[in-house]
Amino acid sequence: MIPDMPTETSTSIVVLFGAACALLIVATIAGEILRYRLARHGSHPTVETYVTRLHSWWGLVFLLAIALLVGRSGVILLFAFASFAALREFLTLTRKTKADHWALIAAFYVVFPVQYLLVWMGADGLFSIFVPVYAFLILPILSVIRGDGRDFLSRVSETQWGLMICVFCASHIPALVTLDIEGSTGRSVLLIAFLVLVVQLGDLAEYYTGRRFGKKRLASDLSPKTREGVFYGTLAATGLGLLLFWITPFTPWAAALIALIIYLIGVGGSLVLSAIKHDRGVKSWGHLIPGQGGFVDQMDSVVFAAPVFFHLTRYFYGA
Amino acid sequence: MRRILANIAGQLLALFAQFITAPRADWRGIEPTARQRIYFANHTSNADLPIVWTVLPPALRRVTRPVAAADYWLKTKARAFIGPEVFRAILIDRRSEHQTEDPIAKIVAALDEGASIIIFPEGGRNRSDDPLLPFKAGLYNIAKARPEIDLVPTWIDNIASVMPSGEVIPVPLGCTVVFGSPLHVTEGESKDAFLTRSAAALTALMPMRDPGQEAAS
Repeated sequence: MIPDMPTETSTSIVVLFGAACALLIVATIAGEILRYRLARHGSHPTVETYVTRLHSWWGLVFLLAIALLVGRSGVILLFAFASFAALREFLTLTRKTKADHWALIAAFYVVFPVQYLLVWMGADGLFSIFVPVYAFLILPILSVIRGDGRDFLSRVSETQWGLMICVFCASHIPALVTLDIEGSTGRSVLLIAFLVLVVQLGDLAEYYTGRRFGKKRLASDLSPKTREGVFYGTLAATGLGLLLFWITPFTPWAAALIALIIYLIGVGGSLVLSAIKHDRGVKSWGHLIPGQGGFVDQMDSVVFAAPVFFHLTRYFYGA
Repeated sequence: MRRILANIAGQLLALFAQFITAPRADWRGIEPTARQRIYFANHTSNADLPIVWTVLPPALRRVTRPVAAADYWLKTKARAFIGPEVFRAILIDRRSEHQTEDPIAKIVAALDEGASIIIFPEGGRNRSDDPLLPFKAGLYNIAKARPEIDLVPTWIDNIASVMPSGEVIPVPLGCTVVFGSPLHVTEGESKDAFLTRSAAALTALMPMRDPGQEAAS
């Protein structure tokens, strides 16, 4: 634990971690009971997927808790690693030619580390514009001087969209620790817990209620998300936001409203990234998180919600 | 001592490849079991060999030797360490005037010692827009010499974007190595028929992509 983290902040993290573990224990016991009951009929694919996913969730909860307790450098390292893996998954599926080699090298070895370095330095003026201004203008120049005009616009814009999602948006999750909030110093690391818990638990509620009660699809065949699922997801996310108001600088009602906004943006982000998968004819972005697919599959909603959450908080609560 | 060093270098190389491209093995036609095999793969990049090497489970990696070009791997001291010592490559000189022994006999001798082999039957890196160059006769001659050993088509996907030929720095993109169903040379099959059939088995493993990306890569 770093000295500049107040004990009440670390206590809050431990309390949240305990609550997440309690939820996971209940879910794990339920999974094992289901598995035992169904064992007579052989293994059941839905239950097996559920159990694999739970194992991944255990890992993610532990990683996030450790990163939050370490503080600034912990969360920046954790999300930088996730960002790198996500960018790799994204750019694997984009259009490119040999002429884009330098642009891709610059994306991985310059843009990505510089963005996280700027976040680590707390240079919020720069990290909000570095990707959309400098990276977006310079990378196409690197591609054009290699002189290959085939599919130029799609190649350039697909690389940029990858950087936008996997580096720019994703870096706004750890960037929350750099926020100076009026009247609550050293607690901004908890904003990350708020964002991740609200959006991901909303997603989980949507997923399981959608499977049970879902009738009408939100975006026809692009995504299995249903109106009914998203309705229950919204209830869960808003309710959880209200419950967690004490870890944020928000009043209870503001916490509920912000939770509602970030959850809905997250749902939208998840739909958008499903559409891209659909376009590229793949089922998941990668294979590194057992049961979930890739890092982009795991983070899609949180990544979309992060910049909005960051700027809402900074605008209304920033010192 | 050198053996240990080569071992460590091999582990480091696999670790580096895993970090850069997180390569995935798709065991579509075979299981990763300890069985003697001849893996034949497409060749577009210098990173092909390290990638196949990396996705093989360590137990298989230890008994698998690549067939590689002596004129490439003996050029510098570093290459002479990595090729013959780390990969334990069976070095074949592609320039016939330099050949001191029959390359096929050398490969068959390695098979008779129980090794599995990795071979790139196009005989060099493919820089064309076609997915595969026509296969050289070597694969047929080896298959004919040891017809009982499984020939496993091995498609290496996306490596050309990781490290296009002529580039030195790899871009960290995901790679997949697809292992297809084994095939054998059949009784009385001609060289051309066999080479066409094995090339078709390899291209059949190529993942489907949208036309735009096909044109671009």
